[in-house]
Amino acid sequence: MGVGIEVKDLNAWYGSPHTLQGITLNIPANRATALIGPSGCGKSTFVRCLNRMHETNPTARATGTVRMGDVDIYADASPVEIRRRIGMVFQRPNPFPTMSIYDNVASGLKLNGYSNKRELDTVVESSLKKAALWDEVKDDLKKKSGASLSGGQQQRLCIARALAVDPEVLLMDEPASALDPVSTSKIEDLIFQLKRQYTIVIVTHNMQQAARVAENTGFFLSGHLIEFDATDKIFTNPGDKRTEDYITGRFG
Amino acid sequence: MRLNFHQQLDALKAQLMTMAHQVDRSFADSIEAYRTADLDLSQRVIGAEVQINMMEREIDRLAIDLLALEQPTAIDLRFILSIMRINSDLERVGDQSVSIATRVHELRSSRPFDFQVDIPLLASHAREMFTIAMRAFQEGDAELANSVLALDDEVDTMNADAFTSLSKLIADQPELAPQAMNMLIVARNIERVADHATNIAEDVIFWRRGDDIRHGGTH
Repeated sequence: MGVGIEVKDLNAWYGSPHTLQGITLNIPANRATALIGPSGCGKSTFVRCLNRMHETNPTARATGTVRMGDVDIYADASPVEIRRRIGMVFQRPNPFPTMSIYDNVASGLKLNGYSNKRELDTVVESSLKKAALWDEVKDDLKKKSGASLSGGQQQRLCIARALAVDPEVLLMDEPASALDPVSTSKIEDLIFQLKRQYTIVIVTHNMQQAARVAENTGFFLSGHLIEFDATDKIFTNPGDKRTEDYITGRFG
Repeated sequence: MRLNFHQQLDALKAQLMTMAHQVDRSFADSIEAYRTADLDLSQRVIGAEVQINMMEREIDRLAIDLLALEQPTAIDLRFILSIMRINSDLERVGDQSVSIATRVHELRSSRPFDFQVDIPLLASHAREMFTIAMRAFQEGDAELANSVLALDDEVDTMNADAFTSLSKLIADQPELAPQAMNMLIVARNIERVADHATNIAEDVIFWRRGDDIRHGGTH
């Protein structure tokens, strides 16, 4: 099952710019939470801080508290462990190009020391099924490389890869922005299925997508969380004028 | 900035105001036709209905296009939803005017009688409500829209008084029943116009504030 994430007074810097300023919010378990805002508003930095991905940039640093259930993710566990429990899917599908479909999905498990073939087979199949890709690839698991799939399939392969290590939270940074409408709706359908089992956080520039898939939506602007509320409230009657100006296109 | 979209919203608003002027004209004419038993004027009201219906369809079509093509949100979404509801209310005010106008025929064929029911006064109250509601819409003024709601009670009371006195008259002087019934229907038509003005005011409040105050704001 997914767990909720509690963020308190989160600040982040990439070099000197103060890219996140005092963010506090609760991301509920087993729900999809959408983060919207103009480019450079800090929403991608925010999700990277949730699984310590920002630490891969040597100039980045963060202060504040991020808790996942009982775990303080900055104090109680290693970045590797946190990234296993909080998986991430990026804007551009990034399967390992030389690996087969099977090995792509199994890669995380193998890194964690799994070698039992039957166990790996089971996890690969269930992960591909959860990512709604199994029926399309089951006959080519070891014959085709991940890179031979279409863009939409590659993104679902990356989702399967993230699910294979049994995370509790899935972060998605613009997961459908490079995909056509059919592949996009498959990803959105998938989000509906996945949130029964995982907590989903999705960063998107597509406001209709946020409106369609997420129960809650947060609006970021210039490193601040301006408003966080139920998605239907945000899109019908937001509380802050800046949110309204942004979602109605009166911004900028 | 979604300039083109916001210009289209302005155009939609202007079109609804044009329809409101036409509807207001029809209502005023129907009352005047009834007051003076003017058949020509009543025919003009009946003839204008075709144009009002056409305007209703056109405004609905534009609003549906904007919903489908622009996926409006927040205040823009509430604005378009309000436009669609007000559009429907305007068309129905047009229908009430036609109903009043069609009573002029019967009025002319019956002998005059002073019923002690002031139809023009009742109508002027309803028209005032309608005018204020449409001005609130034009100016996006929720406060002004709110002031319409209190006026509805007055029209309801006047209509109830008319009902009581006309019912008594029908009981006491059955030979006057056709004329009294005629007037009862007209009073009822006017009261409905006031109800539509109230609906319009409620829609303006929904557009500006996001509050649904219909039916007292209860579930």
